[in-house]
Amino acid sequence: MTLGSPMGRQVDLTLLQKLVQINWLLIVLISLIACVGFAMLYSAANGHIDPWASRQMIRYGAGLVLMLLIALIDIRAWLRHAYLIYAAALVLLIAVELIGVVGMGAQRWVDLGLFQLQPSEVMKIALVLALARFYHGTSLEEVGRIRWLVVPVALILVPVALVMRQPDLGTAILLLATATAILLLAGVRLWKFAVLFGTILAAIPIAWRFMLHGYQKDRVLTYLNPERDPLGAGYHIMQSKIALGSGGLFGKGFMQGTQSHLAFLPERQTDFIFTMLAEEFGLIGCLGLLSLYILVIVYGYAIALRCRNQFGRLLAAGMITTFFLYVFINMAMVMGLIPVVGVPLPLVSYGGTSMMSLLIGFGLILSVHVHRDVVIPRRPGYGS
Amino acid sequence: MDRGEGNRHKTFTRRAALLAGGKLSLAAVLMGRMYYLQVLESDQYQMLAEENRISMRLLAPPRGLVMDRFGRELASNRQNYRVVLIAEQTNGVAETLDRLARVIPITPHQRRRVLREVMRKRPFVPVKVAENLTWEQFARINVLLPDLPGVQPDVGEGRHYPVGLETAHIVGYVSSVSEADLTGDPLLELPGFRIGKNGIEKIFDETLRGKAGNSRVEVNAYGREIRELARQDGQPGDDVVLTIDADLQEKISRRLADESAAAVVMDIHQGEILAMVSAPSYDPNAFNLGMSTKAWHALVQHPRKPLINKAIAGQYPPGSTFKMIVALAAMEAGVAGPGHQVFCNGVIKLSNTKFHCWRHRYGGHGWVDMKQSIAQSCDIYFYDLARRLGVDRIGDMARRFGLGEALGVELLGEQDGLVPSKDWKLAVTGVPWQLGETLITGIGQAYLLITPLQLAVMTARLANGGLAVTPRLSRHQVPARPGDAMTPASPEAIGVSATHLRVITDAMEEVVNGERGTARKYKLGEGLPFKMAGKTGTAQVRRISKAERKAGGKLAKETPWRERDHALFTAFAPVGAPRYATAVVVEHGGSGTYAAKLTKDIMTDVLLLDPLAHSALGRET
Repeated sequence: MTLGSPMGRQVDLTLLQKLVQINWLLIVLISLIACVGFAMLYSAANGHIDPWASRQMIRYGAGLVLMLLIALIDIRAWLRHAYLIYAAALVLLIAVELIGVVGMGAQRWVDLGLFQLQPSEVMKIALVLALARFYHGTSLEEVGRIRWLVVPVALILVPVALVMRQPDLGTAILLLATATAILLLAGVRLWKFAVLFGTILAAIPIAWRFMLHGYQKDRVLTYLNPERDPLGAGYHIMQSKIALGSGGLFGKGFMQGTQSHLAFLPERQTDFIFTMLAEEFGLIGCLGLLSLYILVIVYGYAIALRCRNQFGRLLAAGMITTFFLYVFINMAMVMGLIPVVGVPLPLVSYGGTSMMSLLIGFGLILSVHVHRDVVIPRRPGYGS
Repeated sequence: MDRGEGNRHKTFTRRAALLAGGKLSLAAVLMGRMYYLQVLESDQYQMLAEENRISMRLLAPPRGLVMDRFGRELASNRQNYRVVLIAEQTNGVAETLDRLARVIPITPHQRRRVLREVMRKRPFVPVKVAENLTWEQFARINVLLPDLPGVQPDVGEGRHYPVGLETAHIVGYVSSVSEADLTGDPLLELPGFRIGKNGIEKIFDETLRGKAGNSRVEVNAYGREIRELARQDGQPGDDVVLTIDADLQEKISRRLADESAAAVVMDIHQGEILAMVSAPSYDPNAFNLGMSTKAWHALVQHPRKPLINKAIAGQYPPGSTFKMIVALAAMEAGVAGPGHQVFCNGVIKLSNTKFHCWRHRYGGHGWVDMKQSIAQSCDIYFYDLARRLGVDRIGDMARRFGLGEALGVELLGEQDGLVPSKDWKLAVTGVPWQLGETLITGIGQAYLLITPLQLAVMTARLANGGLAVTPRLSRHQVPARPGDAMTPASPEAIGVSATHLRVITDAMEEVVNGERGTARKYKLGEGLPFKMAGKTGTAQVRRISKAERKAGGKLAKETPWRERDHALFTAFAPVGAPRYATAVVVEHGGSGTYAAKLTKDIMTDVLLLDPLAHSALGRET
């Protein structure tokens, strides 16, 4: 435990050394994005720090501390407890089925007395941990075999099915896409993905008939033709596009967005906060925020690529993919590219749960960075 | 181990590059979409955003005034003090209403209406609680405002009729717009907008209404007004000036008092109506303040019909006031000259039917010529003239003097009256005309019907030298300077001989001023250097039975009101240089002399108010 690595670099660091190793630039980038969020929430409340901006700041502060704590925890501890965390998340998901509180037309919370827990958020992390652990322990040859796909596919499909039942289409897509990315990175043969996509395409008509809820079908239909119901289901998309488009190149100015401030824009502090930014800061503001996101993602990739253990690589890449999917789904949704699915803009949208899970995710990425040189044997008991 | 780990790392790196490529292309799609929405399509979305936030609100223009000939306001706009409630600012609507009820009276009905409207409307929309508050109530609410959160005092504009009762039938009233009134003018769809429903208010509604202004306001998605961006004031309605003299109108109303009666005073040259009174009347302001169903029913079911303008919508047999027409027709037709004499012994016989003179109890009038036949109103003389003329020649003359057809005065509900003819009777009843009917047409009975306005016009045309003057109520504009006269109307000549007209007007002078005239008791007062000429008329409401005739006529006091005869009197003055014609009809007034008595007072009022008469009286104008 006290030995250096074969490369001669120290892998077991003191707490102070770990703190120094933390990628502070990434934290600065994340904080910059969060600050954009604070500004937009301040504007959404018509120039008041309450009720949104203030609480968001407190949450971010708490999340930041949590993120640093997680970053300092040894990566091997995460590896060790990956399945346990996954099992716990699964139990919570099932619990939500049984005792969940119905909110927003969907069963998504478990009331734990002190706070409400959203098990699907926990699962976003737990699934990445479990898959990373699984593929950490699998050789490249094994990955290539079909029977080695049974366990990961089960690991993926059980929570996805449970989340779909809640029903939370956004999270289900997020879980599925992230998991697929991990499988891809782990080296699963590309033809298998081709088969998968073929199957999905074939499954669409079946899913349409038996699996999607009325409101989900509604959203898809409205997406395909927003004029179908301009005052009902299509209203949000239409108003969002009007707000975005009217922002133009430079926007209407901070707190000058007419669509957002005159309440034409729905849920401007949560899912549609990007629209508000687009209206007030125009194309320049949109590209600015998108650039910040891309920089964060590039950092995530750099961390993953530099990591010397498969678990850390998959964990960092998986978490950063989840982050990317948040950004893409939310922006594509408010711009009318894909149907409205309830996915927030990461670090900007108002909301505690997603903020926490995202910062925990970044904590794990930082932990990978801090422990990038730790070499972990493929199977316990093997090797050095 | 190490080799396997190295391969995994290499695979990871390759696959990561693949994944990153996919992500980059998705990010490129996002950027493309941003460019499309915010640059290429930006103009269209900017327009849509403006449409979203800007709403046009109509502003009601102030309604034009209605004034009498001297500029006195008959219909004006008065501030309407009201109180509204904004639900979202109250601490409970019911509690606020309770508190408000301690300041102003709130009926349970009002309370229910407010609670119902609050439920239906968005919480920031003001709901009217009460209106037409007195200044005192309004002031009290303003003082107590800090204790009444959500309550807002508000000043609106309401229609007010300062003269009210006396001009109600002419000016009319305004009321809420009904479905049938909608013409596409957006003003009419404004909540609370009032439209003319009767009288001048109705006929001149478009003149008085004006043009709507508008206000561009910024609204939010719920329709709440955020601020006003631009405002364009409307064009106020134009004023309407009437020919009416409101002072005279009030005086005549008092003279008619409780009678069911109508009186018309008009200028015989211009046709301007100086007064048109119908009694009893109603208060048009009550329609504005909101009338209870009970009060409305009381008005509708009142036996003396206060809602009807009897001057234009009341139709009465003219009785003896028609005799001038018969006499003129006889002279014009050449069947009888002014010297034509008839002996009246009180009754004549036609086949088996007896036709009486009103004086038959006293043995008739004896020998009468044309002048005396009108002065004493001898019926036998006119039976004779009617028989010589035939009904159609009488009817023609009547129509030339304005009877039998609505005169087109600027009011609603004017009636035609009725001038019969042989063809008319055959067409309507299928029975041929009878000679007996010709005889009683000669004394203004049978099928004949006239309105008081027609009676005044008839007299005006007789007195003005046979010019077909038509009555007018509106002058449209106040003359710029007091001396400026209106362009004189030039009525066409009817085409009757001036000599013959002179016979008629002399006879009418004799009615009032002659020794044996039927209205000899009602000469104008000693102080006035003017004479009045006129003609009484007593219109039978029902047939007089033989028994009654034997009993020596009816005693007015014993006859029920409904069965008494109508009293008519039409007059012009001053004799020699006539300017005014009047007609007074008192329903069930008993006898024409009663109407003559009222006319004497009315004509005195008219002449005393006349500026030309002042110089004759030696007063300062």
